[in-house]
Amino acid sequence: MSETQEQVLNIIKAEEMDPKFKYEISKIHGAEKIMLCYQCGTCTADCPVSRFSNFYRPRKIARMIQLGLKDRILSDKDLWLCTTCYTCIDHCPQNVDIAHVVRVLRNLSVKHTNSMPLVFKELANNLMKTGFVYVIPESRHTRRAQIGLPPLPKTKPQEIAKLFEITGFAKLLENVETFGRVE
Amino acid sequence: MSEEKPRYLLFLGCVIPYRLSSYEISARKVLAKLGVELVEMPEYNCCGFPMDPVNHDVMLTLAARNLCVAERENLNILTLCNGCFGTLCKVNKTLKEDKEERERINKYLAEFGMEFKGTIEVKHLVYVLSEDVGFEKIKDAVKKPLTSLRVAQHTGCHIVRPKKLIEKDDPENLRLLKELIELTGAKCLDYMDEAECCGNPIIGVNESIPFQMAKEKLEHIRAVGAQALITVCPFCHMMFDMNQPRIERAFNEKFGLPVLHYPQLLGLAMGFTPEELALNELRVKPFDLLNEIQSGRE
Ligand code: SF4
Ligand code: SF4
Repeated sequence: MSETQEQVLNIIKAEEMDPKFKYEISKIHGAEKIMLCYQCGTCTADCPVSRFSNFYRPRKIARMIQLGLKDRILSDKDLWLCTTCYTCIDHCPQNVDIAHVVRVLRNLSVKHTNSMPLVFKELANNLMKTGFVYVIPESRHTRRAQIGLPPLPKTKPQEIAKLFEITGFAKLLENVETFGRVE
Repeated sequence: MSEEKPRYLLFLGCVIPYRLSSYEISARKVLAKLGVELVEMPEYNCCGFPMDPVNHDVMLTLAARNLCVAERENLNILTLCNGCFGTLCKVNKTLKEDKEERERINKYLAEFGMEFKGTIEVKHLVYVLSEDVGFEKIKDAVKKPLTSLRVAQHTGCHIVRPKKLIEKDDPENLRLLKELIELTGAKCLDYMDEAECCGNPIIGVNESIPFQMAKEKLEHIRAVGAQALITVCPFCHMMFDMNQPRIERAFNEKFGLPVLHYPQLLGLAMGFTPEELALNELRVKPFDLLNEIQSGRE
């Protein structure tokens, strides 16, 4: 389905629009310049993900914020498709830093919907247990010694757990729901 | 040129020790020979990048914690991974320049008895080689030039973009990795859309898009007749090497393109054996490539 067709099917209703949303967003570090977007479409044109996805469009994300479609954008799972290649940041004539805006929306979306892609919960749990986002198996450590690589540096998982606690992330992680693939 | 030997804390990150020892092994060999001293980081944790999408503060604090460890050791950091570099470099810059952010993050760090001061630098392997070792010295170390080889490079994203934050190579006209490759005697070929992303960062939520992105790159590389692809990031490497057979199956294609870590290519030119550089650990076996190098020398 083309972008235009899709928009026709999802007609925006006035009561969906939260006029304060764009101001809330522009107070957050990284998204300060969202109001400067004049919808030129350079970001979407140069975004490698938009080339292969029928739905992911950074320009549209910027417009949805400006229109105040808060619930719609924060519930949109396509937010998770940005690869953070930062091409859009380099090419935007208005310096909107749209990839950082997407990061801000993802962070908010986790709180708004109390959900995140499963992979992030798994990585976070590993991090809390081991200090790395992957559980490095014992065999890897043995193999390092065999081939003469120095032992891996020590991590302090108890400090990571503490860090999760003081940032409020631990509490969020405990009850957060997860979803798998975004197609 | 100063005679002082460059010394760095080696920041390995998570994915290299987990899956890609070949990159670590070859980088250590080559750097030692070029006179770069690597000091093992006494303690570290994940750079923070994987947590940025879900919680920016967690990312900032994880990164800052690593930077504090380096400050304590009073040594600059060397990373092999583009993601680790991008994260540590940008957080270092932000916390150095933005007093408000620094104070906010320092409140978290105080819980571990740490404080970010902003006394060190973070460099990726590519920048250590080009800025600290220097092209001349690398050229001198090349004992067996790979003159018969034609390869392509994939620099990746996070060591060059966003340009205004990294301020190194030009993402619209990548030069550094190409120049480093040509020092080995190999020819580095230009190809279409060579600055584009490998797609790997979203593979945990969607496979189809990154596979299409990587397949398109592989097609462009094949079109110019490159015999190998050279990477400087474990994630890009996994996308093109480990996933290559899966991409081939998904699109009913055959690429058979060996993907080497840059220090493996440089190592071969410096006279290390394929075994010493862990070339046997690559998923796409570089047999033809090694034969070509051999016959090119005879
Ligand atoms: S490139 Fe910048 S100004 Fe143009 S649509 Fe995208 S965010 Fe808006
Ligand atoms: S950073 Fe994200 S939105 Fe921007 S061009 Fe890359 S994939 Fe697209």
